[in-house]
Amino acid sequence: MILDSKIPGGSISEKWTKHKFELKLVNPANKRKFTVLVVGTGLAGASAAASLAELGYNVKSFCIQDSPRRAHSIAAQGGINAAKSYKNDGDSVYRLFYDTVKGGDFRAREANVHRLAENSNLIIDQCVAQGVPFGREYGGLLDNRSFGGTQVSRTFYARGQTGQQLLLGAYQALMRQVAAGKVTLLPRREMMDLVVVDGKARGIIVRNLVTGELESHVGDAVCLCTGGYGNVYYLSTNAQGSNVTAAFRAYKKGAAFANPCYTQIHPTCLPRHGDLQSKLTLMSESLRNDGRIWVPRKPGDKRSPDQIPENERYYYLEEKYPSFGNLVPRDVASRNAKQVCDAGMGVGNTGLAVYLDFADAIKRMGVAGVSAKYGNLFQMYEKIVDEDPYKVPMRIFPAIHYTMGGLWVDYDLMSTIPGCFVLGEANFSDHGANRLGASALMQGLSDGYFVIPFTIGGYFAGTKLEKVSESDPAFEDCKKQTAEKIQKLLSIKGHRTVNDIHRQLGNIMWEYVGMARNKAGLEKALQEIPALREEFYENVNVVGSEGSFNQNLERAGRLADFLEFAEVLTLDALHREESCGGHFREESQTEEGEAKRDDENFCYVGAWEFKGDNVKPELHKEPLTFDNVHLVTRSYK
Amino acid sequence: MSNGLMNLTLKIWRQKDAKTKGQFETVKATGISPDMSFLEMLDIVNEEQMKQGKEGFAFDHDCREGICGMCSLVINGMPHGPDHGITTCQLHMRKFKDGDTIVIEPWRAAAFPVIRDCAVDRSAFDRIIAAGGYVSVNTGAAPEASVIPVPKADADRAFDAAACVGCGACVAACKNASAMLFVSAKVSHLSFLPQGKVEAKKRVLAMVAQMDKEGFGNCTNLYECQAACPKGITVDYIAKMNREYLMATATYAEKVYGKD
Repeated sequence: MILDSKIPGGSISEKWTKHKFELKLVNPANKRKFTVLVVGTGLAGASAAASLAELGYNVKSFCIQDSPRRAHSIAAQGGINAAKSYKNDGDSVYRLFYDTVKGGDFRAREANVHRLAENSNLIIDQCVAQGVPFGREYGGLLDNRSFGGTQVSRTFYARGQTGQQLLLGAYQALMRQVAAGKVTLLPRREMMDLVVVDGKARGIIVRNLVTGELESHVGDAVCLCTGGYGNVYYLSTNAQGSNVTAAFRAYKKGAAFANPCYTQIHPTCLPRHGDLQSKLTLMSESLRNDGRIWVPRKPGDKRSPDQIPENERYYYLEEKYPSFGNLVPRDVASRNAKQVCDAGMGVGNTGLAVYLDFADAIKRMGVAGVSAKYGNLFQMYEKIVDEDPYKVPMRIFPAIHYTMGGLWVDYDLMSTIPGCFVLGEANFSDHGANRLGASALMQGLSDGYFVIPFTIGGYFAGTKLEKVSESDPAFEDCKKQTAEKIQKLLSIKGHRTVNDIHRQLGNIMWEYVGMARNKAGLEKALQEIPALREEFYENVNVVGSEGSFNQNLERAGRLADFLEFAEVLTLDALHREESCGGHFREESQTEEGEAKRDDENFCYVGAWEFKGDNVKPELHKEPLTFDNVHLVTRSYK
Repeated sequence: MSNGLMNLTLKIWRQKDAKTKGQFETVKATGISPDMSFLEMLDIVNEEQMKQGKEGFAFDHDCREGICGMCSLVINGMPHGPDHGITTCQLHMRKFKDGDTIVIEPWRAAAFPVIRDCAVDRSAFDRIIAAGGYVSVNTGAAPEASVIPVPKADADRAFDAAACVGCGACVAACKNASAMLFVSAKVSHLSFLPQGKVEAKKRVLAMVAQMDKEGFGNCTNLYECQAACPKGITVDYIAKMNREYLMATATYAEKVYGKD
């Protein structure tokens, strides 16, 4: 396997423009001869499907939900970055590029990130034109705020529902193409396998989740926009249905999986309440703009927060990082929360929480001011925790939120399987080892609206595609194997439920492959994961039949893939003996306990190639070069 | 129970598919913590069922944080249950008492056929959006974002309407199974904004025509929809849509009913 990133030559600011010119074009009259299968309808999938259909391609759009408006992009709260510099505070495309490369801890490709920054402004234009109701100032112009570790105000927002509003914009564009007959909508379909013919991605096998029927769909290219794999930890802020299956099946067909160990733990989530919890809820980190994070200075201090005087409170982020304070990047904020809790200063029943206090903000802005900015988040907190955050400080704790790793793609977003493109969170490309706040929405939409429409044309124009039909042996074989896999799950009839085993997998991952990792722990996880996988295939009980709406079977299939994928993630974490971004290796830290990168040995993308079941995958390296943003140690002090 | 845990009796709607007649099944939920969400309680009940080799009870859910609009249960006769301003996934068991009997049903509407148990088919909503619930702008054709100022009040009102999560509780709450609140929210979201005004007349006619075609009932101003809406969408939007519809029928030359 050769990892050819195909990064164009020229200066950083000219690469994308030059590349767009060099990409071959498909004649408008010929576009209708191509069919693109787009899997997933989040920001990346919906924007790609709509934009490709507008160009004249025939699109089939698949999602596991009942409607394309529900994908988990919808839950993003805080905002979307763009380099508009409306605040006159020194922002620029280059600064957004710079911040993102640095924020990603120098493990992203410079060229991709610069393109992302260039596209950021176009995205805002597009969304406003679609009717996305971004926050505005009284003069009627768009408002911005500072967000998640940046020193300029470049984040556009729609109250605490930015993801929902952006997704509705993309969904509306998609539905317009459905009405125009250019997109065929196939909801409640789950991709079970990628069909590769003559070395090219030519179709997918999906399961109709209502009838259980397996369907073959032929296309000239496949776009996987299937999100991240955070649910390998069982508890995460992801939706219940979020899964790695589509990406993992592509991996097993030859798509390299890059940097799976780069997982992001979000610092501002609601703490856990018990063992039978099904998910963790994120509170937008925009809350960190005005809330102050603290714990009692004295370990084990059980007094209620209002009884703890100011000088006995430890505002640890403000003290340790005076210039960024509570706005340090996510990985730094999360790790520090874990450290103070490990030191016994954590609050709440479990001791696994820190305070996020708005008392000062209320003094400064009044209850009305705080409510205008964060009202819906405060309401959400009160509904879940049953405490009034206007009166009692919120309790927060980190949770798995986003996964920077994903299928390896070249500059054109194509995986190592020709014709299989990967967009949004499902690919690995733009966030390096750590994603900055308000960058995920930007990347999903950049890939879908402003990258794939160009690069897919280049692929079609330069590739000879033979005629393929659903009755080809490749489709028949794939379908048969999928049916066998389903039968296997149904025939085990053991004693443990799917959730029970998934929960156990989550515990292993959180314990040994979570916020801080070390060699011994990772090796232990590599013992326990295969053992659990064996237990699953011997003792899981999947009830119901394959020929019906069977949510238990759906979950079992996804867990089967998580149980294999977890091992790849852990292997990646074990091999990367450095700390960078969301990946913290305890062996690699400074005397002050900060992450220590090892640029000499690990300045590369680690991409894993599937070599067979129960065979160790092979690691390939794509070296990273930094010609514009020079390698420095991140410091937020 | 003394440790704060609750034992409950659930009457759950079971239905094999749209063609088969459904019925209530009674199951016990034991050892339920008040801090659990309603759906976590159902997870536990399903786990127990499956341990006995029985199929779990089917219900739609996904984000479990009140924004995707997928969850859809009528609980004790109320869509999304007894609390206000939330979706089913945000309902917590502290709203119930030990010993309670809880009745759980699907959204009931001819336009939302049952798929299984409490999971229903809401694709009618997607078809209403496809009829005109968008601004016709191709990718790349947008002007610079700040070229068109939008008065903050309009932007805020558009936002209030755009907060709709498309769950369908408004339809489930209405004795006529009318979709007026949903359609009016989408119509208003776009027509408050200058970007959406250009096509406003055509949009309202097309979306209302599609709504009728899908078999949703008429609005008889009972306001149950507003009470059930998890996102606080008010019937003011229905009034606004009615005005827009009337104006459009009177002034829009090329009347479109369901086709472009």
